[in-house]
Amino acid sequence: MTQQIDRIAEPWGTRTPYGPGEAWPARVDTHLAEGVAADDVDRWVQSASILHSNGDAMDIAVKDGRIVGVRGRAVDRVNHGRLGPKDLYGWQANGSTDRLTRPLIRRDGRLVETDWDTAMDAVAGRTKELLEERGPSAIGFYTTGQLFLEEYYTLGLIAHGGIGTNHVDGNTRLCTATAAAALKESFASDGQPGSYTDIDHADVICLYGHNMAETQTVLWTRILDRLAGPNPPAIVCVDPRETPVADHATVHLAPRPGTNVMLMNAILRELLEHDRVDHQYIEAHAVGFAELEKMLEDYTVERAAEVCGVPAADLREAARLIGSAERLMSTVLQGFYQSHQATAAAVQVNNVHIVRGMLGKPGCGILQMNGQPTAQNTRECGADGDLPAFRNWSNDAHIEDLARVWNIDSMQIPHYTAPTHLMQMMRYVEDGSIRFLHVSGTNPAVSLPELRRIRSILSQDRLFLVVQDLFLTETAQLADVVLPAATWGEKTGTFTNADRTVHLSEKAVDPPGEARPDLDILVDYAHRLGLTDKDGAPLVKWTSPEEAFEAWKECSRGRPCDYTGITYDKLRGGSGIQWPCNDEHPDGTERLYVDGQFWSDPDYCESYGRDLVTGAPVEPTEYKALNPHGRAVIKAAEYLPPHEQPSEDHPFQLITGRTLYHFHTRTKTGRAPQLQAAAPEVWVEASAADAEEEGWEEGDLLDITTPRGAVTARLRISGVRPGVLFLPFHYGYWDTGAGHEPDGQGRAANELTLTDWDPASKQPIFKTAAAAATRIAASGGRSASAPTTTGSRPVSASVPPTRGDETALVSEQSSTAGGTR
Amino acid sequence: MKLVQTLRTLHGNKVGGAIEELHRSENDLAGALLDLSDQQKVDHEIFHVARDIAAWSQEHVRRLAEVGRDYDLDLDPEPEDEAALLARVKQKGAELTGRFHEPTLLLLADLRHLHRMAAGVSLDWEVLAQTAQAMKDTELLTVAQDCHPQTLRQMRWANAKVKETAAQIMVTG
Repeated sequence: MTQQIDRIAEPWGTRTPYGPGEAWPARVDTHLAEGVAADDVDRWVQSASILHSNGDAMDIAVKDGRIVGVRGRAVDRVNHGRLGPKDLYGWQANGSTDRLTRPLIRRDGRLVETDWDTAMDAVAGRTKELLEERGPSAIGFYTTGQLFLEEYYTLGLIAHGGIGTNHVDGNTRLCTATAAAALKESFASDGQPGSYTDIDHADVICLYGHNMAETQTVLWTRILDRLAGPNPPAIVCVDPRETPVADHATVHLAPRPGTNVMLMNAILRELLEHDRVDHQYIEAHAVGFAELEKMLEDYTVERAAEVCGVPAADLREAARLIGSAERLMSTVLQGFYQSHQATAAAVQVNNVHIVRGMLGKPGCGILQMNGQPTAQNTRECGADGDLPAFRNWSNDAHIEDLARVWNIDSMQIPHYTAPTHLMQMMRYVEDGSIRFLHVSGTNPAVSLPELRRIRSILSQDRLFLVVQDLFLTETAQLADVVLPAATWGEKTGTFTNADRTVHLSEKAVDPPGEARPDLDILVDYAHRLGLTDKDGAPLVKWTSPEEAFEAWKECSRGRPCDYTGITYDKLRGGSGIQWPCNDEHPDGTERLYVDGQFWSDPDYCESYGRDLVTGAPVEPTEYKALNPHGRAVIKAAEYLPPHEQPSEDHPFQLITGRTLYHFHTRTKTGRAPQLQAAAPEVWVEASAADAEEEGWEEGDLLDITTPRGAVTARLRISGVRPGVLFLPFHYGYWDTGAGHEPDGQGRAANELTLTDWDPASKQPIFKTAAAAATRIAASGGRSASAPTTTGSRPVSASVPPTRGDETALVSEQSSTAGGTR
Repeated sequence: MKLVQTLRTLHGNKVGGAIEELHRSENDLAGALLDLSDQQKVDHEIFHVARDIAAWSQEHVRRLAEVGRDYDLDLDPEPEDEAALLARVKQKGAELTGRFHEPTLLLLADLRHLHRMAAGVSLDWEVLAQTAQAMKDTELLTVAQDCHPQTLRQMRWANAKVKETAAQIMVTG
């Protein structure tokens, strides 16, 4: 059956209900440019989504050498043919007329067009100068969660192995660092325990600070289809906003921002109190339970109810559901990761699963989610503050092994401390010890906290800033050299989603003008630097993506993320494949830790962990004393109050977040007309109670201020928790007159956020700031332009609903038979 | 219980002295951490974490004052606090010097000082715990067992921060 649906108005499309243990039926979503029919398409080119972490597989439609649309791949295990709005419409950004097509270089204070040779000579030349003058620690690399695996691996090799700097991180620091950190704390290695297919089996699904309906729309569609079928799962939602997830929840807990550890500890205490504990499992497969028991003594439901501002009865009901689940699934995202005590809170979710013995079985998955499409690869390939293939920087044998793979001296690889995290790198740029910063595929001038500080750091004369991107972003406007990059659909490579599924994304069309794939740029850079291995051969021994992938496979051999069983050919035509994939698991691995064996042996593990309060790395001897060989580590955590509390001057708690229709700083989604129209302008959310108290109405213009800055936005009266203000962080300045900074009124949420991060994961905190709000103008009958379909849904019915025009119609083809699992 | 009281009377002076000393050194450690926090406002992790873990020492001061009563000590349960005004002056100074690399040398010196202080406090706890065991004073032992691990965490933190920053500070000055 085929129908046309406006997927702006109905982001999750039509229901295809199914029951527990059944196959999720396929539904193929297609969106093509106006006037193009499926029969007109010259070629369909295999790819996957690059606008979120779900890894939805799709084919790119090509006509006359141009991308003209997308179609979901029914055969793929992840999405069974479905696509979310960002993918259905976002492809149009590739063809924007303002793509960068030539390199730019700063001359007399202005960026002017130049040729590749001049630009790359300037980049390599400055690198070499600084290496001679100040050494490798003057060089830093800040990449993204949106390049391909092959590119990250090459970048990691150049930076760690070639230049020898410790300063390499990705913007994954902002989105998924806590996921990795929490997995390392509990299981001693990164690696997602669960699988998306756990949704097909679970009887209770908990979403902790995870507005899945907006961040991974297709995964949420899978849950909606379970909810519409027989024997649906119960949903537990922890979120201070009334999100679409909360609307479907059996229990919705809306805690005061910054109190997640208190909330989790109270839930855990209830589980222990009612002995909802798998003692046998703990005895055989975990260490640290006694410490957890002792820690939880003081965390009563009553105390948590008070601190979190959540009814005690709701906390008990949530604990009862979790405690009585037979197949418990949990997902975690930014509500925990970008909040106070991020890692400590996320680790408690792992603890729930360990003490309940709910790991490695169908329906018993943990998904410590990623935010970005290729964030998993940034983590795996050593481009984000980790070493390649989950090698442990504080294990000398791992460094020796990496040096063997790279054929270099092990002293060349800095490992005297953990690779420098982004916020520390910004500090080193600030104090002048980093003087060269290469930024690829990310936009720190909008996405980092406390933007006034960030702009001042990035615009220093003594800093040589290189930006490699598709558009002249806010950050690119501050650069010394801008390198035009090719993107998704214009280059080939692989990437891995949040449930370890590896997809191939093939080149469909040529990049615009002189834009080049990031891999080509990096290889060129390495050659210009003259980087060699210990035998004098070129350090980077590949030029094509497939060669880079083959090299990566060798690097991953025997490690948790073993790719040795995957080839480009194997990824072509069928479904994506979950790692580890090797001789032992030739078809990939659906769930980790099936036998209760963890990668925690001290000689094998990726990490010995950190102190969850101070962030101090656990020393190898301390770790060994825990005796974790093959066992999970239950790590208890005390609650600490948030660092910035509301005051008389700043009475509100400010949280920032995202909307379904945009990705990051709208670099792509702001250039897709249907998405931009759905959420065209920044807004601020407050509760009906606060609006009444302050005398505000829907659409009033408010000034939101913190000691760091100010933002002006129209008010949406929504279901957010009273006392809390919500601002979407997508809106910067590239499409305003001012270019890269506010001209008068600020609109980037990060004008307001504070510079603070979780000491364990080093992820910045975007969800606990104290703010003031005052009305500067009445609405004049205008409502805020926030979507009505999502978490920003208005409490009043008088706001016009969010709809697409005729170009937003998407073809949905449903079959009664299920797709592959 | 009787035995404990007898032992307290017999050895009370020495133990009381040790508690008093630890009460003083925990106060000093809290002060040093708060001072470090103010000095390093531009190093945000140090600013926040030093404050978080200064609270541990302040809590230890309270616990020691409480248990000190058993030894006829009249210790102030309220941790000493730095004059807020002074702190603000220091913070402003840190903001002004944040653009220069040399002040980071001071950071290394401060962390070294802090590590030594925490090491001293740790040894004092060790002594007190041993004493409590010998005297079968479970109350005192509980205080030592609750507090000492946090002192060790303070020490490890200072050590870890030195490890994290030393190379950048020394080599890329």
